[in-house]
Amino acid sequence: MSGLLEVSGLSTQYVGARGTRVTRAVDDVSFSLEAGKTLGIVGESGSGKTTLALTLMRLLPPAARIAAGSIRFEGEELLSKSERQMRALRGKRMAMILQDPMASLNPLFTVGDQIAETLRAHEATPRRAAWAKARDLLTSVNIAAPERRVREYPHELSGGMRQRVVGAIAISCGPKLLIADEPTTSLDVTIQAQYLKLLGEIQREHGLALIFITHNLGIVARMCDQVAVMYAGRLVEAGPVRSIFNHPAHPYTRALIESIPKFGDAAERLTAIEGQPPDPSALPPGCAFHPRCPFVVDRCRAEAPPESQVAAQHRTRCWVAAPALAGALKG
Amino acid sequence: MTPLLEARGLTKHFPVGRGLLGRGGGVVRAVDDIAFTIEPGRTLGVVGESGCGKTTTAKLVLRLEKPTAGQILFQDQDVAGLEGEGLHFYRKSVQAVFQDPFASLNPRMRVDAIIAEPLVTHERLDGPAVAARVAKLLDVVGLPARSRELFPHEFSGGQRQRIAIARALAISPRLVVLDEPVSALDVSIRAQILNLLRDLQRELGLSYLFIAHDLAAVAHMSHVIAVMYLGRIVEIGEAAQVAMAPQHPYTQALFAAALPAHPDDRRDDVPLFGEVPSPLNPPAGCRFHPRCPKVMPTCSQEEPKLKVSGVRQVACHLY
Repeated sequence: MSGLLEVSGLSTQYVGARGTRVTRAVDDVSFSLEAGKTLGIVGESGSGKTTLALTLMRLLPPAARIAAGSIRFEGEELLSKSERQMRALRGKRMAMILQDPMASLNPLFTVGDQIAETLRAHEATPRRAAWAKARDLLTSVNIAAPERRVREYPHELSGGMRQRVVGAIAISCGPKLLIADEPTTSLDVTIQAQYLKLLGEIQREHGLALIFITHNLGIVARMCDQVAVMYAGRLVEAGPVRSIFNHPAHPYTRALIESIPKFGDAAERLTAIEGQPPDPSALPPGCAFHPRCPFVVDRCRAEAPPESQVAAQHRTRCWVAAPALAGALKG
Repeated sequence: MTPLLEARGLTKHFPVGRGLLGRGGGVVRAVDDIAFTIEPGRTLGVVGESGCGKTTTAKLVLRLEKPTAGQILFQDQDVAGLEGEGLHFYRKSVQAVFQDPFASLNPRMRVDAIIAEPLVTHERLDGPAVAARVAKLLDVVGLPARSRELFPHEFSGGQRQRIAIARALAISPRLVVLDEPVSALDVSIRAQILNLLRDLQRELGLSYLFIAHDLAAVAHMSHVIAVMYLGRIVEIGEAAQVAMAPQHPYTQALFAAALPAHPDDRRDDVPLFGEVPSPLNPPAGCRFHPRCPKVMPTCSQEEPKLKVSGVRQVACHLY
């Protein structure tokens, strides 16, 4: 069966002022996502995860260019669409939630205006009907007293409520795909839990596919069916969430999972990953993780590892771990 | 064992919104009558959501704010009354590492000058002695010796936080206030810094006041955890007990809301609704009662006091 979203060989580069310096922010990334499922894209700052999200939405800044690959969404190739066609699609069939709700809401317009704007633009809903729908949407994202809130400005709402309003705008036209880029980073723990629960409910109700862009493995563990781990622009490991957490193949994934503190774990020290994430504009040759990898062999320094299968739907890019793990799983 | 630092009835109110005629002003009860102790070589973790008063508590301990009421005793001396030599000693004994190492290091100073500054102000060392101490401190926090000639912008977030830690340690403090020391860092770097802090505590016998919203990190780092809600401590006790078997409904909700470390720990229920009310006008009775899943009639009338319950103290009418 073909997925809702099929991404293959996608590469996005940032080009320096004189066209000399090329930064490979996203490098040969492939994955697919089925309708109604949740994919977590995990990575640190500079790993290219936000650039990947912007590439999927075709919202890249002028300095960036999509160098190769394909993005098929509901069977249509997004990379061959015109800007006008993309504009008709964004906000209607695919929508995005960003980290900072204060930056994505316009401070000069009421909440109702901003929700209604999307409906009026995409579905030519008359003003009165759009406002009525805006009230319903606020109810569906669990905002109390929607009749009052719909007339308020963003600064009158708490951070959690603002992010709910952003969610209401995102689902207003019934999209099939929602991309959430660190949607709960600015929220408190209990508010974060409420928001994640709400997203899960909306997803089930509308059969929405979700992509979570995050640095937080806890969100992946809580929300996702599939995980893709990014390091220095590449997908170093991807697969079903349980397969990845139980049998991480790539040394980076394994270290990342082990490095988070766990409740009830009395160990004195955490497993740390030595060194620093690389500068995306000056990546080490070969596998970009090799300077920090405890299992490095000569080949890692010279040649970038290709993708290999380690288990059903579980693939990684590593010279060492992949064959070893594949053998272990068979044996 | 006498505690290194003890807070008694510590209170900080901020007046707000006074109009032209001086009327209509309220007060934010940022910290309201809290008590805790920090033992030598131990870590007190403080958790709670925005507006619970944890950062104000840190500022009070650092004497960056003066308490409205109550006192902080450092080695049995009231910190508020310190001046001259005594204050100098307190400032030297209590240092801080803040959340954002991009904001806490002066971009125009070289690393050696940054680390040497507290040495110059607090200990009148000569040039070679300062240089030797800086070299030792860089080594202690795991930075290469050549870092001393560089500027902060030449370092990553994790390395900058190491510089901030080296500066805090320069004058051999007894207590270090750590206010969200890893939350601005990349995930793969956090474990490095937490390990470094643990190692330094063991080697130097440091005490920490560790403030963070990452509950698992606080549980990992702390010996004692205090849970704050709207300016009050609602539960305080041995870290593993508070984290693994919380008693106050707020603590239970907070730890239940923490993200799982593995997909099989998925908990779907969020027992807590609503948001933290304004500290300007906290609810009567127990401040948590409007959100509490176990609310009883007395909760809205009578404010519960902290009571000993097993190896911890809980402020809840259930116990």
